[in-house]
Amino acid sequence: MSTSAHSVVEPTGRTKAIAGSLVIAYALITMLPLVWIFLTALKTPPDSISYPPKIVFTPSLEGFCNLFTTRSRQTEDYIKSLPPASGTCEQIARARNMVVAGPSNYVPRFWNSVVIAFGSTFFAVALGTMAAYGFSRFRVPLADDLLFFILSTRMMPPIAVAIPIYLMYRELGLSDTKFGMILLYTAVNVSLAVWLLKGFIDEIPREYEEAAMIDGYTRLQAFRKVVLPQAATGIAATAIFCMIFAWNEYAFAVLLTSGEAQTAPPFIPIIIGEGGQDWPAVAAGTAIFLVPIVVFTVLLRKHLLRGITFGAVRK
Amino acid sequence: MSPPIIDRAAASTPPALARHIRGLSDRAIAWIFIAPTIVLLLAINIFPLIWTIRLSFTNFRANRTNAPVRDVGIDNYVSILTDPEVWQPMQATAHFVIWTILIQTVLGFSLAWAIDRKFRGHGFWTTVILVPMMLSPAVVGNFWRFLFQPQIGLFNYGISAVTGVPPSSFEMLGSVALAPWAIVIVDTWMWTPYVILICLAGLRSIPDYIYEAAEVDRASPWRQFWTITLPMALPFIMLAVLFRGIENFKMFDMVNLLTSGGPGSTTEVASITLKREAFEKWRTGYSSAFAIILFVTVFGLANIYVKALNRVKSR
Repeated sequence: MSTSAHSVVEPTGRTKAIAGSLVIAYALITMLPLVWIFLTALKTPPDSISYPPKIVFTPSLEGFCNLFTTRSRQTEDYIKSLPPASGTCEQIARARNMVVAGPSNYVPRFWNSVVIAFGSTFFAVALGTMAAYGFSRFRVPLADDLLFFILSTRMMPPIAVAIPIYLMYRELGLSDTKFGMILLYTAVNVSLAVWLLKGFIDEIPREYEEAAMIDGYTRLQAFRKVVLPQAATGIAATAIFCMIFAWNEYAFAVLLTSGEAQTAPPFIPIIIGEGGQDWPAVAAGTAIFLVPIVVFTVLLRKHLLRGITFGAVRK
Repeated sequence: MSPPIIDRAAASTPPALARHIRGLSDRAIAWIFIAPTIVLLLAINIFPLIWTIRLSFTNFRANRTNAPVRDVGIDNYVSILTDPEVWQPMQATAHFVIWTILIQTVLGFSLAWAIDRKFRGHGFWTTVILVPMMLSPAVVGNFWRFLFQPQIGLFNYGISAVTGVPPSSFEMLGSVALAPWAIVIVDTWMWTPYVILICLAGLRSIPDYIYEAAEVDRASPWRQFWTITLPMALPFIMLAVLFRGIENFKMFDMVNLLTSGGPGSTTEVASITLKREAFEKWRTGYSSAFAIILFVTVFGLANIYVKALNRVKSR
C-alpha cells in the first residue's frame, strides 16, 4: 500500500497486464461451474442433458417447480377431465402428463438449515465472546494449554466424532432433533469463535475498560458497555464464519439426521426425478442454497483471511 | 503498546477493590466466562473421545445393543495395523492429500504473486476468485457429478473442446485411472483460493525497502524472488499447507458425494472407510480403533509440522 508511483518496486505496465490477464482468466474458468449451476436451474430436464451442452435455451421454471413440488403421473384421459390448470407449476406438470401432488420436502429442510445455523451461531458466539474475553484479559492458569485444547477439538475427523455422538444421542433421545444438531454445531464452532474473538479483543486497548472502571463501572458493565461495542465488527465477522460452517456442514448432518432435523446439504443430492437425478431441480436447490453464502463472502472479504486461519494470520 | 505498569495493574485489579464496587472478583468472572465453553467441549468432544477409546477395546456393535459386549484388548488395533487392505484407504488418502497440496500450493502462490502486481481491478477479481471456498463442499461436490458426466457434462465437453478428444471417450468418475484425479480437480477448484489468500498475506508482509535495497545492489528479479520473496513468504505457505493438510486428511463430504469411494475402492479415503465400518457394517469397536489411529496420526503429524514451522518462522 505504501508503494508510490516512483518506487522501484512498482511493477511495470507489461508485468501488470500479464499478471492481470492470468488472474482474470483463472477467475473466469473457476466461475464456470457456478454459472452452470444457475443456467441448469433454468433449463428443462431434456435441455439439461442435451449434447452438446446447451448455452442458449428457452428459460423454464420447471427446475424450480420440480424442486418445490412432488408430482404423480396420470393418464391423458384423466388429465383432460380436470379443470384448467391453476398455477404455472401445474401447467408445466400437465405438459408432462403429470399433476402436482403436493409440496416437496425442500422448504422444511431449508428451514431446518436456517434454524440450526442461526441457533448454533448464536450460542457459539455468545460462549466464544465470553471465553475470549476471559482469556484475553485475565491470568487464566494453563491458558495456553486450554486454548490449544480448544483448537485441537477441530482436528478430529468428523466421522470419528460422529461414532460416539451417534451412540450418545441415541441414549439421550437427541438423534434427529434440531436441538441436538444445534448443540453439536455449537461445540464445533465455539473453538473457532474463541480463537477469532480473542484476536479481536486483544486489539482493544485495556485502557478503555480501565477508564470506565475508574468512572465507577464494574468489570461486567465495562465488558458490556465498552468492550462489546468495540468488538462489534469482530463479533459480526465471527458470527458469519460460524453461520457458514453450520450452513455448509454435511458429515454430521448425513449421519445424525434423517427426517425431522435433516438440513439441506444431505437433502439436495437425493432429489430425484423419474428415471434418475433431476438435474434442473438439483441445480435450483443448489442455487437457492448458495446465494446467501455468496453474499456473505462479499460482505466478509476484509476478514476472510483471519477467519479461515483461526486468527493465525491477521494482516 | 501499554506501559507494563498499567498491564500489571489491569491483570491483577485488586479483588478487594472489585468487590468494593459492587460486583464479582475478576477471578470469579474469568471462570464464569470460560467455564461454559470448557464444559460444552468436555461434554461434546472429550467425553465422546474417551468413550471412543473405551469402545475401541471391545467388539461392540451399535446395531446389536443386546449382544454381549466382550473386551478384546488390543485386537482391533492389531487387526487394523496388520491388515493389508487398510493400506488401500491410506494410499488413496496420501494420493489425495499430496497432490492437492502440491497443485494448490504452486497454483495458489503463483496466482497470489500475480494478484500482488496490483493491476487495475485486482480487488474485484480477488473477491470473485474466493467464492468457491466458501461454498458447501457437499452441495457443490454433488453438482460436479453432473459436470463430470461423459457426453452431457460440461467438464468433458470443455476438455474435448481444448484437446479434441471425444467427450464420451473418458469417464472421470467411472474409471479407475481417472477417479483419483477427479477428486483432486474438484478440491483444487474449491480450495486454491484458500492458498491464494494466505500467500497474498505473506507477499504483502514483505516490506518494500528490502526490494529497494536489492535493486540498489542490482540483484536480478530472478535472484530477488529466490532470496527475498520465497524465503519471506515461506512461513505463510507452510501455514497454508498445514491447514490444507489437516482438512484433506479428514476429507469426507465432497468425496462421499462425488464417488463415495468408487470405482471399486480407488478413491476410498480414510473417512469413507471409517463411515463404511461404523455406519454400514456397524463394527463400532473396530471403527473406534480406526478413528483413534487416524486422530493420533493427524495430531502427531500436525505437531511435528508445527515444530518445523516455528523453526522457519524464527529464522
